[in-house]
Amino acid sequence: MSDYNFAYLDEQTKRMIRRALLKALAVPGYQVPFASREMPMPYGWGTGGVQVSAAVLTPADRFKVIDQGADDTTNAVSIRRFFERTAGVATTTRTAEASVIQTRHRIPEEALTDGQILVYQVPIPEPLRFLEPRETETRRMHALEDYGLMHVKLYEDISRHGHIATAYAYPVKVEGRYVMDPSPIPKFDNPKMSDSAAIQLFGAGREQRIYALPPYTQVVSLDFEDHPFEASKADHPCGLCGAEDSYLDEVITDDAGGRMFVCSDTDFCETRRAAGHAGAMNTGKDAA
Amino acid sequence: MQAQPLEGGFATPATQSAQAFRAVMQAMAMPGTIHALAGARPPAPLSPAAGAVLLTLCDADTGLYLAGDCDTPEVRAWIAFHTGAPLTGPECCAFALGDWAALQPLHRFPPGTPEYPDRSATLIVERARLDTEGAILTGPGIRDSAALSLPGVDAIAINHARFPLGLDFIFTCGDRVAALPRSTEVA
Repeated sequence: MSDYNFAYLDEQTKRMIRRALLKALAVPGYQVPFASREMPMPYGWGTGGVQVSAAVLTPADRFKVIDQGADDTTNAVSIRRFFERTAGVATTTRTAEASVIQTRHRIPEEALTDGQILVYQVPIPEPLRFLEPRETETRRMHALEDYGLMHVKLYEDISRHGHIATAYAYPVKVEGRYVMDPSPIPKFDNPKMSDSAAIQLFGAGREQRIYALPPYTQVVSLDFEDHPFEASKADHPCGLCGAEDSYLDEVITDDAGGRMFVCSDTDFCETRRAAGHAGAMNTGKDAA
Repeated sequence: MQAQPLEGGFATPATQSAQAFRAVMQAMAMPGTIHALAGARPPAPLSPAAGAVLLTLCDADTGLYLAGDCDTPEVRAWIAFHTGAPLTGPECCAFALGDWAALQPLHRFPPGTPEYPDRSATLIVERARLDTEGAILTGPGIRDSAALSLPGVDAIAINHARFPLGLDFIFTCGDRVAALPRSTEVA
């Protein structure tokens, strides 16, 4: 690890990111521009999250990375190894043991605790971008708190589909002020953002934005009185651990229509199985 | 040329500034909490905590305003050597350093713009006393309420009323740090 500066980035870059993080925490939900660097991985693979993690990690941290809830997918494994090599930090797959968790598109099932830091990888930080492509306009809309367009979009969902069809990256309002993109987490995870004990940091590398939620911040998913927000999931128990309250992935098991639903959060599922819980399709062998 | 300006920086800058930033970030994310912040030995009258904040956050990109007693030749030389931060007036600074009285009036400092509220000053306020009693704080980062010994509650309440514009405060006392973002309501 001595070939790299601690946590890969040079000190001036980390100071710039750290200043952006402090302003992001001071104005929750507001997107702070930052000078995103080239990282040794392509955009879209979590360069924003990696830069935020590099700026907050200390040698004493225990680092966990999840990709869609899983610790063992390519993106998670490569980022975990990246910081093992460049920062020399300890790593873990246990949610409860980690002090810093970098995530792509999920919030762990297990409630986060005081002092934990959750770092999100964000592809498109601007919730209004698909409604208004001009940055100058979306910036003014945030300044004027002009979010009518977002409600029109949700209303059009209802008129077309009968319900709000947005299932992930579901827009939220932070402390009654800024509308924020929660990154492409399933809307099942949205309620976990509000009043969380953890510090939540969001990094978008390609789009060069950082935003943040301090602990115990009020985060409300946008909805209508007659179409209230609903945190939905597949209507099945987990096939491996039997959990009925976790977010599920659908896994195709053969080419004859066979499928099963399993927890997307691998640590949550393994912890439950180790405690003796078993689902209908758990044959006793480790299915992984 | 004295050797003094060359001393008092972080011995291991990468890891010590990472630890210092974690303390400052937790202070800013959880207003009303006090965190240890040591490792820097700046010249008098700066506290070790204020020195650590400067080493962690300031560089050639950030204008720094030195207010009142903090503006001494020794402090200027130390900041020039260790951070390279250009010294500016209060109107265009990114950071300001001083005690509360010397930093008044607050309207001199940039509060950001409606489009870019992040372009606001951060005030590093040296305090003789820092403890978790006094003004009652509520807002993001605080579960129910917290308390912190604050100077000038009225000026801070006015600052909060301008949200999302406004200044953010880092309070330093000896080797301890606390912070107060503009989002915190003070009573």
